[in-house]
Amino acid sequence: MPTTLKDEAAIVGIGQTRYSKNSGVSELALAVEAVSKAIDDAGIEPSQVDGYCSFTLDTNDEVDIARAVGTGDATFYSRIGYGGGAAIGVMHQAVMALATGQAKYVVVYRALNGRSGQRYSEGVSGDIVTSDLIHWSWYMPWGLMTPASWVAMFTQRYMHETGCKAEDLAEVALATRAHAVKNPAAFFYERPLSMDDYMSARWIAEPLRLYDCCQETDGGVAVVVTTPERARDCKQKPALVRGVAQAFGAEQEQMTSFYNRDIARLPEMELVAKNMWQTADLTPQDMDAAIIYDAFTSIVLFQLEAFGFCGFGEAKDFVKDGALGRDGRLPTNTHGGQLSEAYLHGVNGIAEGTRLIRGTSTSQPAKNDHVLVTAGVGVPTAGMVLGQLD
Amino acid sequence: MPLSPEKKQQLEATLREFVGKPIGPPYQGRDAVNEPMIRQWCDAMGDTNPAYLDPAAAKESVHGGIVAPPTMLQAWTMHGFEMAKGYDEPTNEEQRLHKILSEHGYTGVVGTNTAQGYTRYLRPGDSVSAEIVIESISEEKATALGIGYFIVTRTSFRDQDGEEVGWMTFRVLKYIPAQQPQAAADAPAGQPAVPGRIRAPKGHDNAWWWDRVDEGTFPIQKCNACGTLHHPPRPMCSACRSQDLGWVEASGRGTLHSFTVIRHPQFPGYDFPIVAALVDLEEGTRIVSNVVECPPEDVHIGMALEGFIHEDEDGFKLPLFRPAA
Repeated sequence: MPTTLKDEAAIVGIGQTRYSKNSGVSELALAVEAVSKAIDDAGIEPSQVDGYCSFTLDTNDEVDIARAVGTGDATFYSRIGYGGGAAIGVMHQAVMALATGQAKYVVVYRALNGRSGQRYSEGVSGDIVTSDLIHWSWYMPWGLMTPASWVAMFTQRYMHETGCKAEDLAEVALATRAHAVKNPAAFFYERPLSMDDYMSARWIAEPLRLYDCCQETDGGVAVVVTTPERARDCKQKPALVRGVAQAFGAEQEQMTSFYNRDIARLPEMELVAKNMWQTADLTPQDMDAAIIYDAFTSIVLFQLEAFGFCGFGEAKDFVKDGALGRDGRLPTNTHGGQLSEAYLHGVNGIAEGTRLIRGTSTSQPAKNDHVLVTAGVGVPTAGMVLGQLD
Repeated sequence: MPLSPEKKQQLEATLREFVGKPIGPPYQGRDAVNEPMIRQWCDAMGDTNPAYLDPAAAKESVHGGIVAPPTMLQAWTMHGFEMAKGYDEPTNEEQRLHKILSEHGYTGVVGTNTAQGYTRYLRPGDSVSAEIVIESISEEKATALGIGYFIVTRTSFRDQDGEEVGWMTFRVLKYIPAQQPQAAADAPAGQPAVPGRIRAPKGHDNAWWWDRVDEGTFPIQKCNACGTLHHPPRPMCSACRSQDLGWVEASGRGTLHSFTVIRHPQFPGYDFPIVAALVDLEEGTRIVSNVVECPPEDVHIGMALEGFIHEDEDGFKLPLFRPAA
């Protein structure tokens, strides 16, 4: 019987720096602060950490973090590509390493000066010739250089096919902001957003307005993952990984899978969903809350459909009537998401998913048996379900 | 270096005291609205509107006489050359605010935008005064120039009867200058200094495509073994795994599958807004390009398009699309 990724690992520690627009410190300093806090939160010693996983985009080398934090011998380390698609890909790596005995305590981390340093909104550039530059060259000469512009292309087609309106995108922005207003760590803490604010904000790339787009943030976040047996000895209530899956699809590109017949769907996320639900032996109806990767409002709608919370084109109705609020049918992005808490490439969502299972979110729903956490959209990606250990 | 959290809190408390304050008493324009100044303004601006310049025509117009161009509003209350002089000690609240920020390291200042509104036309003989209020100070923002505070002042322009005739908001950024990236090298001789759009770097798998475009044709990759068309080009045919790959010329006829009107941020080298388009070619492949020669509001999914090879001023050629004739 091959090892499955059902109930093989649990998140036992979370750590994060202050999220800001100008950290004033290096990305490595952010990373080691987050990792150190996650280790303390788990109640383990640095020397017990023997695995690391992060994004290929992360500039902080595992060995530099290990030397700074004072962890010792490591037997597992890996990196996942494709930007935010790696958010749960790193968890997938950690769970596989733990399930196969390659490590006992894996640290997953992401730290960036995403606002004061290199900004994603500044776009891809032709200055440095890299292996994937030829890919971007099919877009740069025509001005498609930012994530907003790539996602806008999908969103326009989706709205055309489904009748989704600006007001429906706004539901996501407003619901997410309402959560952030209660979260002191969020950039938009105590700063509500109204429908007028949303509608009167400037265009970024039509049909996306300013508040359809996530922030750019300086910060770091890390989690400690271990086996369920070891998790029982840790300080905090563990968040068990009930199932995790990773996928990319046919004709996949990085952010620009424009050439499938139907670009209003996410075939890679549908594949993630199918395998993740099967591994976890759970269904969308079992979810009490969700952390849905929200670099842009529209991709939350796409994912509600891809994960089977509703049918194609029905997400605009699903999100109505406060469905994403704390007392709604699917409390979503209860930390304020990347739209309103911070843009940490989705890893802040893993921390929030863990808080939801612990019962310590600032927007905590009453029931918290199962939480869906997803990674980036339009790229090779992944998803997982967190649940209670016992 | 950024300020410590405590110092910053103190600074921001001080800044908040300025919000809502007039910078000083209203300033009375040195001269009443007059025809010579109107003429000089129109000369400088190249404005030949007879309502500003020709007493006879102006008399026949809806104004019934000469009026001043509305955009001269601020000119009537400018201080003259003394504005350009520096100052050792602040002489008004705005200067005092700027000095406090400079002393905290926010030494840079740049005007970012301004807006005006006009209540009525000014006529010769009107006497204009201006009162400037510090309307708002933003939270600290990170900008390309450095971190800083946006300060908005609102000027209310009033006539001899105290009635508001117009207003102006003016926003500046007071900032801690960030380390500037090195200036771009001078453009090689014969190349324009103004950047053009970013060209595709050419590698083994795409150079041939751009070479065909340079020759004025619009190519689609075609597998010589099985005939399948591919875009973007790839080094192997995914239908039959042949690496014997050629190309055919596209007719250019297509329909719009999706699009986005890109408005922000505005990169150098491109005309904004950009209508970026995903076009279904009649041959069956799809390509990203731009729709041009069509107002953005008229662009719609399903519209018929025709492709053509466009050449930029710097000689870069690429296929673009316009509405089909």
